[in-house]
Amino acid sequence: MAAADTRTALRGKPERLDTGACEQAGQTRPLLEVENLTKHFAVKGGLLNRTKTAVQAVDGVSFDVRTGETLGIVGESGCGKSTTARLLMHLISPDSGSIVFDGLVVGAAESGLSHRDLHRQMQMVFQDSYASLNPRLPVAMSIAFGPFVHGLAKPAALNRANELLEAVGLDPLLFANRYPHELSGGQRQRINIARALALEPRIVILDEAVSALDKSVEAQVLNLLVDLKAQFDLTYVFISHDLNVVRYISDRVMVMYLGKIVEIGPVDLLYRDPQHPYTRALLSAMPSMDPRRRTVQAQLSGDPPNPINPPSGCRFRTRCPFAEGVCKAVAPALRAPPDDALRAVACHMRVPGSGHSRAVPAVSA
Amino acid sequence: MADSAVLPSDPAVALQRAQQGKSYWRRVWERLRDDKVTLAVIGVLVLLLVMVVFAPWFTVHDPYVGSVLRRLKPIGTPGHWLGTDEVGRDLWSRMVYGGRLSLLAGVVPVFLALLIGGFLGVLAGYVGGLVNSVIMRLTDVLYAFPSILLAIAITGILGSGLQNTILALTISFIPPVIRMSESITTQVRHLDFVEAARASGARPLTIMRYHILNNVLGPILVYATSLISICIILAAGLSFLGLGVTPPSAEWGLMLNNMRQALWVSPLVAALPGAMIFITSMCFNLMSDGLRQAMDVRL
Repeated sequence: MAAADTRTALRGKPERLDTGACEQAGQTRPLLEVENLTKHFAVKGGLLNRTKTAVQAVDGVSFDVRTGETLGIVGESGCGKSTTARLLMHLISPDSGSIVFDGLVVGAAESGLSHRDLHRQMQMVFQDSYASLNPRLPVAMSIAFGPFVHGLAKPAALNRANELLEAVGLDPLLFANRYPHELSGGQRQRINIARALALEPRIVILDEAVSALDKSVEAQVLNLLVDLKAQFDLTYVFISHDLNVVRYISDRVMVMYLGKIVEIGPVDLLYRDPQHPYTRALLSAMPSMDPRRRTVQAQLSGDPPNPINPPSGCRFRTRCPFAEGVCKAVAPALRAPPDDALRAVACHMRVPGSGHSRAVPAVSA
Repeated sequence: MADSAVLPSDPAVALQRAQQGKSYWRRVWERLRDDKVTLAVIGVLVLLLVMVVFAPWFTVHDPYVGSVLRRLKPIGTPGHWLGTDEVGRDLWSRMVYGGRLSLLAGVVPVFLALLIGGFLGVLAGYVGGLVNSVIMRLTDVLYAFPSILLAIAITGILGSGLQNTILALTISFIPPVIRMSESITTQVRHLDFVEAARASGARPLTIMRYHILNNVLGPILVYATSLISICIILAAGLSFLGLGVTPPSAEWGLMLNNMRQALWVSPLVAALPGAMIFITSMCFNLMSDGLRQAMDVRL
């Protein structure tokens, strides 16, 4: 907290939100606070190209990322994981909602954190290692671009690129002057990681960063990520559809379904005892190494509903085995279940007195 | 990649190489060196250019002075090795001098269209939105006319002459260049590395300079080279129709038109300007093919 205070002091008047509650509880303030983030993509069509409907890609998402942790985000394809990442990076602008980085409101007019400053603090690694490198630039130039843009002279930026190449396990002598098409997928993703680290960010968003690699290379890159995190004091947001990888690398896990968070909690707890029916179904779909524990029947069938016209109430109710009337009528809020303060679930079954027949009993004080 | 030279042992050299970032063009050249057809074609074009620029060194006779006594001599006549035209002017001289106007009318419009159309197209592709809509819809209007028809209409209104020919051809070549550069730029703009550059906090112009232009200029240049052949044919066509260069100027299309009547008397001589048009445009086409292959790093 002291370090954060000096940093904000250097920037002049910071627009700090009310931190009273956090500090009273003796907790440090989260590095990243996301509040009610929403992005609907307009679907245009018909005569005159009018906006007809909207894809509710991300709908009212709120979560925190604590300093030094790795937050895993999982979910089926199309559930809004990548949109969330792009919203955090401000590569697309949100329809509503706020992002607070280290106590500073991102994009606030006067004393907040400008997007350019945000990009120094937060960087991203993309899934497609080839498309995310300029085919016409030697990889060292790609890495040096960020520092160069932020005012470092070209030779100094290239020196920095060489250091980073070494940090990600690539010999600068061999690789600095190569072009992306001359590298393997794993090497390219190392370059992308080096590029993300070039601005000395405090938080790195890894959007399916290892998903396209084959298994042995994936393991190497994951280990590299763990090492780099310790070396540079990083915080990760790790997006993946691979539940095993997320379990390996994350401290906390956030499960998304159709643009909403259904459950968020510490990794061990969430994998051992999932609370939301969707999380349970997702985890049971993981292939088991033990033949006695293999899944006989698919817990989840069919595709998720169309995000243009999501189901009323709870978005999971069309595929949920426990859906009842209340699920159709009321959308469950994301809140901590009565017996468990560490995590949050958006399910009527975990709310005492919600009207669901399986609702947990209220905890007597 | 036969690139043992890419691995320098001295860190300073490696750093210097990375700073230069020129080895892309070195690689293009290496590839081009192995492509004999393209090299030969470029050789022919360079020869043509030298001959046209230094025309007096390559000719003995004045291209504009004829003699009624020596009309329509066949190929191989002593003193006039390509024969003479319908008013007795030396055909070799006229071919060489005619190349001046033909090449000028073939290359200059494409170059101008490349500057104007390339700028507008890249702008439309990169900025997108309303700018894109305005530029592209205006382009569509011009596109509704076939380019030859557009060129004929413009020279018809402005009158014949070299300047008007160049102007007309420039206008008719701007739409395809705009369309091509817009589509390439739009493609590149949506690639992840541009997003990554934005994520590093770079401003639009910086991204344009370091990430868009170097991916876009190559393909646009190659496309423009392929337009030169069409432009030469169109310029010749306009002259042939009497809308381009006016007599007695030497120009291949005009010569073809003038000697049309002599086609039955000495067909080989009359066909010569046509052969020049064919060879030149063919060479430009083959060159653009070769360049495209050499510049595609992914191959």
